[in-house]
Amino acid sequence: MGWAIALHGGAGNIPLTLPPERREPEEAALRHCLQMGTAALKAKQPPLDVVELVVRELENNPHFNAGRGSVLTSNGTVEMEACIMDGICKEQGVETIDPSHFITPNNIERLERVKEANRVQIDYTEPIQKEVEKQTPVADGDSQIGTVGCVAVDIQGNLAAATSTGGFVNKMVGRIGDTPIIGAGTYANRFCAVSATGKGEAIMRATVARDVAAIMEYKGLSLKDAADYVIQECAPRGTAGLVAVSATGEVTMPFNTTGMFRACATEDGYSEIGIWPSV
Amino acid sequence: MGWAIALHGGAGDISRGLPSERREPREAALRHCLQIGVAALKAKRSPLDVVELVVRELENEPNFNAGRGSVLTSKGTVEMEACIMDGNTKRCGAVSGLTTVVNAISLARLVMEKTPHIYLAFDGAEAFAREQGVETVDPGHFITPENIERLKQAIEANRVQIDYTPPIQKDDKKETPIADVDSQIGTVGCVAVDSHGNLAAATSTGGLVNKMVGRIGDTPIVGAGTYANSFCAVSATGKGEAIIRATIARDVAALMEYKGLSLKDAAAYVIQECAPKGTAGLVAVSATGEVTMPFNTTGMFRACAAEDGYSEIAIWPSV
Repeated sequence: MGWAIALHGGAGNIPLTLPPERREPEEAALRHCLQMGTAALKAKQPPLDVVELVVRELENNPHFNAGRGSVLTSNGTVEMEACIMDGICKEQGVETIDPSHFITPNNIERLERVKEANRVQIDYTEPIQKEVEKQTPVADGDSQIGTVGCVAVDIQGNLAAATSTGGFVNKMVGRIGDTPIIGAGTYANRFCAVSATGKGEAIMRATVARDVAAIMEYKGLSLKDAADYVIQECAPRGTAGLVAVSATGEVTMPFNTTGMFRACATEDGYSEIGIWPSV
Repeated sequence: MGWAIALHGGAGDISRGLPSERREPREAALRHCLQIGVAALKAKRSPLDVVELVVRELENEPNFNAGRGSVLTSKGTVEMEACIMDGNTKRCGAVSGLTTVVNAISLARLVMEKTPHIYLAFDGAEAFAREQGVETVDPGHFITPENIERLKQAIEANRVQIDYTPPIQKDDKKETPIADVDSQIGTVGCVAVDSHGNLAAATSTGGLVNKMVGRIGDTPIVGAGTYANSFCAVSATGKGEAIIRATIARDVAALMEYKGLSLKDAAAYVIQECAPKGTAGLVAVSATGEVTMPFNTTGMFRACAAEDGYSEIAIWPSV
């Protein structure tokens, strides 16, 4: 047992050809946020504080789809959502923020492309072509950003989860996704803390975050096995990823998409920052 | 196996002293909605159609806290929410923050069927309603004198309450005989299964008396107040925040699926162990035609029927 932390910057169809100038800022952000979260846990801050401060940092980073850098609705506006949950007492809160200056040029571009292709997409989908076969080298249109989240556990087994997002590119105004839905995108109890990312509607239908904990509790599976089961069996391929920690300090970060921006660290010294599946 | 249906008009601290002139219209409404639901199932309508039509009827009933008769926010406005879910496909639709839509449950179904999304809220949901041409009215249509009074009392007592709390006293020991404010109404919902095991659930509400503007409860949250999969269909009622925390509706199904419990045992466990006393009730049916209606509150307006002839309409625990 010991402390553990995991965080993500979104799962999706992140192309393996992602150029370094788009990959490096995000890896750097993940590294920075992991360091902040680890330092806070070492300083004995409660996991609820830790996940909040990490997600705030991810929200402020314009490369991720949350806070500044949120993707745009069909009206070109921003509608952000977030959720935080405390494992022991199961306190949670959901807040929404008024649209303000969170709009970035990249996201205006993304919205325009999607409207042209007349489709709603998770933000990691490759640049949309009317002709699906072509791949443009201009990757700054529609990809490489996603929901953010963080889960943490301290040495006493106190758990917390937090997730934040701008949602889908070109979503209908008023559309709510999985992120603020307890049990879908965010969940924590005394078994584990989970933050999910991907196609919101699939995550809601599959109650992804709650199911990881329920399978541990009701079927006695380990964190890793429960999370793998949910990602492989309960959510269609290409729709979901998650980060989770257990009360005993385990970490897991499964996804059924091409990639997921992620990072984790545990007290025993293990640490990982990744985008695509580890080989 | 066979068809089965269960519906509720809300769980809460429903006083046993509820006078007959307040009890009978609600019992009559439950009976009427049960009859139309049963008739629809016998006529082989899909459970999804059945739960929608029953909840529409409950929404139109001003004695229940949904549609007309919805409780008021702290600003004296109405914000309605609803959710519908199809067990086979796990498709679902939800809406929140509606102010003019006569039948929130039908708009929830349109979100499910006509959009790539599951959940629309507030301005976006209202705009969608207009696009779809659903029936809308002036917001004043939903407000009833009883609810204006309820809000007034809640504000005086400076407290948010589920709508079944007895009339609020500053002095807790006194009970006023005026039971027509603060009590006896609640969220509505319906679950149904046909003889092929197709399941559906639907829930609709005005929320908590004196809730903050923009407050969303359990009703539109898939897995909290509403859920259906291939095992069962569940609609919950009570204190929204407790139901959300305990992911009530999902947990009933998860206990059946992951622990192999029966519908009755799974639902009883969730209500007794996962939600604090006085906060929750639910109606549920299983793929094999079982029905259960547990609650940990004083009472729950409820009704059910099954193909084998069993039928029940009740408010307090059956002895």
